[in-house]
Amino acid sequence: MNILSNIKYDFMGHRKMALILSLTLIFISVGALVTRGLNLGLDFTGGTVVVVNFEQTASITDVRNQLENAGFANTVVKNFGSSQDVEITVPPQNDASSSEGVDEAKLSNNMLTVLKQLDASAKITKADFVGSQVGDDLIEQGSLALLYAIMGILIYVTIRFEWRFSLGAIAALVHDVVITAGVFSLWQVEFDLTVLAALLAVIGYSLNDTIVVFDRIRENFRKGRKIETRDVINNSIGQTLSRTVITSFTTLLVLLALFYFGGALIHGFAFALLVGIVVGTYSSIFVATTATMALGISREDMIPVEKEGANLDHIP
Amino acid sequence: MNRYPVWKYILILVIVTLGGLYALPNIYGQSPVVQIKPKEDVAVTEETVEHIESLLDQAKIVHNHAAVDGDTAVVKFHDLDAQRQAQDLLSKEPTLKGFDTAMNLKPNVPEWLENLGGTAMNLGLDLRGGVHFLLEVDMKSATENKKKQIRADITALLIKEKIPKKKLIWIGDELHLEFRNLENLEKASDLIEDDFTELTLKSNTGDGVYELKGILTEQSLNGIKETALEQNLTTLRSRVNEVGVAEPIIQRQGLERIVVQLPGVQDTTAAKNILDATATLEYRATHMSQADTMEAARTGRAPIGTSLYYETDGTPVLLKDRVIATGNQLIDAQATIEQQTGSPAVSVKLNSVGAARMLEFTKNNVNNFMGVVFKERIPIGKNEAGEMQYKDKEEVINNARINGVFSNQFQTTGLGTQKRAQELAMLLRAGALAAPVQIVEERTIGPSLGQDNIDKGVLSVQIGLAMVLVFMLIYYRMFGLIANIALTINVVLMVACLSLFGATLTLPGIAGIVLTVGMAVDANVLIFERIKEELRDGNTVQGSIKSGYDKAFSTIADANVTTLIAAVVLFAFGTGPIKGFAVTLSIGIMTSMFTAIVVSRAVVNLVYGRKKRLKSIAI
Repeated sequence: MNILSNIKYDFMGHRKMALILSLTLIFISVGALVTRGLNLGLDFTGGTVVVVNFEQTASITDVRNQLENAGFANTVVKNFGSSQDVEITVPPQNDASSSEGVDEAKLSNNMLTVLKQLDASAKITKADFVGSQVGDDLIEQGSLALLYAIMGILIYVTIRFEWRFSLGAIAALVHDVVITAGVFSLWQVEFDLTVLAALLAVIGYSLNDTIVVFDRIRENFRKGRKIETRDVINNSIGQTLSRTVITSFTTLLVLLALFYFGGALIHGFAFALLVGIVVGTYSSIFVATTATMALGISREDMIPVEKEGANLDHIP
Repeated sequence: MNRYPVWKYILILVIVTLGGLYALPNIYGQSPVVQIKPKEDVAVTEETVEHIESLLDQAKIVHNHAAVDGDTAVVKFHDLDAQRQAQDLLSKEPTLKGFDTAMNLKPNVPEWLENLGGTAMNLGLDLRGGVHFLLEVDMKSATENKKKQIRADITALLIKEKIPKKKLIWIGDELHLEFRNLENLEKASDLIEDDFTELTLKSNTGDGVYELKGILTEQSLNGIKETALEQNLTTLRSRVNEVGVAEPIIQRQGLERIVVQLPGVQDTTAAKNILDATATLEYRATHMSQADTMEAARTGRAPIGTSLYYETDGTPVLLKDRVIATGNQLIDAQATIEQQTGSPAVSVKLNSVGAARMLEFTKNNVNNFMGVVFKERIPIGKNEAGEMQYKDKEEVINNARINGVFSNQFQTTGLGTQKRAQELAMLLRAGALAAPVQIVEERTIGPSLGQDNIDKGVLSVQIGLAMVLVFMLIYYRMFGLIANIALTINVVLMVACLSLFGATLTLPGIAGIVLTVGMAVDANVLIFERIKEELRDGNTVQGSIKSGYDKAFSTIADANVTTLIAAVVLFAFGTGPIKGFAVTLSIGIMTSMFTAIVVSRAVVNLVYGRKKRLKSIAI
């Protein structure tokens, strides 16, 4: 079976449209990130999330009232998965001195005691407490991880290819990460630790795609025929298009399986990768190549340089 | 022309067989067990095992045959409820007082496989249920305590040496000491330099001011923090046994934090109380009358002015109520070897207050005994009135003869083994004034949610894999089948590597496996598309296969290395779940390169390699 094989199409002819599309998406994403921010999960903000299971259907109102009467302020109570499971979120207690900090750590246990008075069958299925200091560290670590990943890749691609490719690849992956984060901001999907991991996986994937295209561009340049740079890029994208689409498709297949069957805990992770891979596939075709071309890549850059030393050897 | 030498096939066969063998333990599943281990350093006996079985039979708890594993008795159960009931029963059983009981999950690996070194993957807390704590040591109070101690000790030293001082205060991390004249300053400076190595001294004289500055260097501040962390680690290790968990994980994370993981624990209240417990110790004089001691042990009534305690091995000891020195006055305790006899010993260092009292006591009590009581206060919850209730645990950890007069530094000998010396030193340090810890993160996963996570994870791997296999078969036909063989072997190899490395499988780890399945076909897609291209260009079939594999190789290598860079960075910066994801992703990248390039080529060569006049292939 063959689809999209050996496409002859002027991809670079549409680079202005692609540029407009990408800039619009980035503009919207950055706008959303600035105005609405990310709906940061417990991992980053700190606080407490407790999931309590009851044997009978639990009344959200009763649970909320019971908690309020017992003095738990600012709780958000909602169902979690089934009607018997209730998720209770408590924001971090910032005014805590060190002695109260211990109390915050025991919040889930105190809450269970109170809820057992409502229904003796109450059981904790999941309790997460994160102190605000831990969240701050995570943000720092996460940003550093992103930075180091980008630097490592920059160095590797510069060594294996050329600096223009390196910058093109970085442009594509920054594009992907910003737009994926923008989607999370726009729809206010919860952004937790697993989503951060997914973003880093998107970087890996997006690069994977970009490198395949670059590799072909390098190969076509080295074939040595006198062709316009633009045509070389067009041909290279066309030749790798079937592979790009098939791989993205199989990856999307497993991600869909993860999204629908993997359970609530992995939902955000799968969603981030779904978005990231769609954007990443687009960017490896249009963004990385356009950027590299705009930086003025040409055949001469890719031909192995005749070493001056090699000539000197012949001088007696 | 497309043929592999025989050794290559043998090598592939060996790797795949080994992979299959070491992945195998994971299909047997895990069973809940209760482990019963003697508190003393001895092996469990056959009689004890029989006794345990009869107790379980009497209580009508369904169980499998109990077995001995090392020095521990292990009983397997069919479900978690039976395990819980058995744990309750056995831990409260008076005839099993000398044993620790703990709940655990054990893989049901057959013996022959275990003998070959086969182990199942460890399951993370999110898959087996349990609680994860992140504790932060209060380094501020650790440093404050140390500063107070230094100040008190210098004061005592100056008084002892009769050097009058004008001022002695801490300003930040600098100790300011003022004297009336240069002579005093120089004398004090020499003494302090010898005794307080953690301070860097600087004198500042002139204009009638004789000031000595002692600066706590970065290095000694780090030393204080290190000690505080180590101290808390050792205390926590000795305490967590109380919770009844077989494989607790207690590790340092970074410079100020400690991770405590208790698999299978549901009631986190008890666990938190144990983490909150405070320990201290007291040096007290031993009541020397053997007759009184036996009498007190029999009746439970101690003579006035004394209290009855027991040593770890159950020997009764009567200690006088007057305290000589407490844990707050203990600076350090280290296991060493005694110079003269070469026998294991513990060397103890006291601060000035403790030293003065020890000197006064030992002067009058040479050849008498002195005992050390280890006291632990574990909060057990609030009563009706809202007051915190405590459970006190008191034990004599050492009772030794006083061989001479000593003050701030002495050795405890006659401990028998090096291990005993180390244990005693550890307990002494644990009882010293420690920096408090605070829980900064908690994650509790109920056991049912854990099982649920496993089921969902496995289901999504199966569905994802099935969809990819079907797609590849339809799209590439014969070559799709070959890619599918490579992909399946890839999953097997990944599982085998994870099991062999003793990696812990978490839910994000499963996600990593799923993602790798999706991406692993990439290499084969690259190769196959390349072969198609070569065929279109009019190359021969065999030539196309060869150059398809050859040309795709550098692309595959470059693409995978960049992904690997991202995975390694994730591993370096991530903690817990992210690390799990990074590990599976990295292993998956490496195994997939092997299967997609080497294994698939081997199969292709096997199927097509011998046919010289091959006209077409199903790709």
